[in-house]
Amino acid sequence: MEVIDILVVDDEPGIRSGVTRILRNFTVSYPFLEDDIGFNVIEASTGEEAIEIISKSTPAIALLDNKLPGIQGVEVLQFINSNHPEILVMMITSYASLDLAVKATNIGAYDFVPKPFTPQELKSSIENITKHYFLRRMTRKLHREGKQVRFQFLTVLSHELKAPLNAIEGYLRMMQEKQAGESIDSYMEFIDRSLSRIQSMRTLIMDLLDLTHIESGKRQRTLREIDLTLVARSAIETMTPLAIQRDISLTLDGTESVVMLADSDDMEILFNNLISNAVKYNRQGGWVKCSISKTTDSVEVRVSDSGIGIESNDIPKLFQEFSRIKNPLCKNVTGSGLGLSIVKRIADMYSATIKVDSQAGVGSTFTVKFPTINSASLNDGI
Amino acid sequence: MATDKKKILIVDDDADYLFQLRHHVEKMGFDVVTAESQREAENVLKNMKPDLAILDLMMENEDSGFILSYKLKRMYPEVPVIIATAVSAETGMSFGISSEQERQWIKADLYLEKGIRPDQLYREILKLLKV
Repeated sequence: MEVIDILVVDDEPGIRSGVTRILRNFTVSYPFLEDDIGFNVIEASTGEEAIEIISKSTPAIALLDNKLPGIQGVEVLQFINSNHPEILVMMITSYASLDLAVKATNIGAYDFVPKPFTPQELKSSIENITKHYFLRRMTRKLHREGKQVRFQFLTVLSHELKAPLNAIEGYLRMMQEKQAGESIDSYMEFIDRSLSRIQSMRTLIMDLLDLTHIESGKRQRTLREIDLTLVARSAIETMTPLAIQRDISLTLDGTESVVMLADSDDMEILFNNLISNAVKYNRQGGWVKCSISKTTDSVEVRVSDSGIGIESNDIPKLFQEFSRIKNPLCKNVTGSGLGLSIVKRIADMYSATIKVDSQAGVGSTFTVKFPTINSASLNDGI
Repeated sequence: MATDKKKILIVDDDADYLFQLRHHVEKMGFDVVTAESQREAENVLKNMKPDLAILDLMMENEDSGFILSYKLKRMYPEVPVIIATAVSAETGMSFGISSEQERQWIKADLYLEKGIRPDQLYREILKLLKV
């Protein structure tokens, strides 16, 4: 068990001993920590005493009453802020001075607990602030280890997964409360919207699986001579129903085989993503063209569309995870925000380059250029 | 009287969430103005002063809500701001609110996790409107 120090600063002996008693046998545990956490309470009856204690050994958390006989709690808070910003401060305040507590959180207190508090209230506040303490410590550690990016990814991912859940839950609750009356017909829009959010969540999960497969390098890759024309044709077939719905012509230039040494799953994912984007971000009655050509030292895959196009300053953002370009024209397009980052990763593994030519309102062309490779020169990841 | 109705600005880029929140807040008896992005909200604010604003955190950027809140408070310091987010406190660190310097400029009166029940939200709104 790991024990962390909590400094309680309060002039009322009852509060101090109360806190000590409540926290003496209290432990918390978090899914991200192996150890349980216990608490060692240090007491101070004045602000001056608190500063003296802090200067000698830094506690993890300080519980700070504002009304103290000498210097005020806020002044102790300021001292902590300028000298030991790593200490998390929780203000103890009476209900009458909630204003002050809010002010204190604005100048750097993490939270406040109004008194009188019940043991349960104190425990849950402590549990919360302790969690923050360890998460912050972990972030610093992750940061040092260069894993911040990974963590950021998970943060955004959790947001992307929670948003549809919230939306669906909201509709279900509105139905449960019969917010639109007794007739089921009044709820059709809620149901349709919920189903559409479920669909996009499913896409996200599938894309995520693709991405982790690619990333982990654990997926069995079989490199063999494959015909990209066949892969393209199959991707086009998959997207045809959507293209028909929107009256978009979907064509493959040329019929001859273009053979390249690659993993067929990789190529399938790549073509599917490029072609589905071209169809999704298109206009009613538009077109999508795919072409594959081979020279002596490269294979070039090109997907062009008559779609909404991309502003030039948005192009660098395209390949970032979860970056979906916000544009009123694609408000209703569902997507995970992962498609192009998947394409990019696959391209990277084959040392291929991706070029984007686009004009807003006119269309886009994505060109992936694979250097002709033999098995010996492939990246280790494959 | 209709003119007595308090005006609440709701900004969220999730059309479904916006629709639901508008529904609930209108039912509470408020006038609702909505915007789907930070940029749209900034335009709305040029012509209108709401009595309270509920802002989503992650819109165009992952900290759009903070920026919008900051700008709103500069225009109308007395208007209470609620930041609603699907990102819970433990992941909030990715926006740097754990660092004291960054917290200096982040001004919101209340942070709420999305999925809060309408009656809870109603209580919080009343508290902030001091009615």
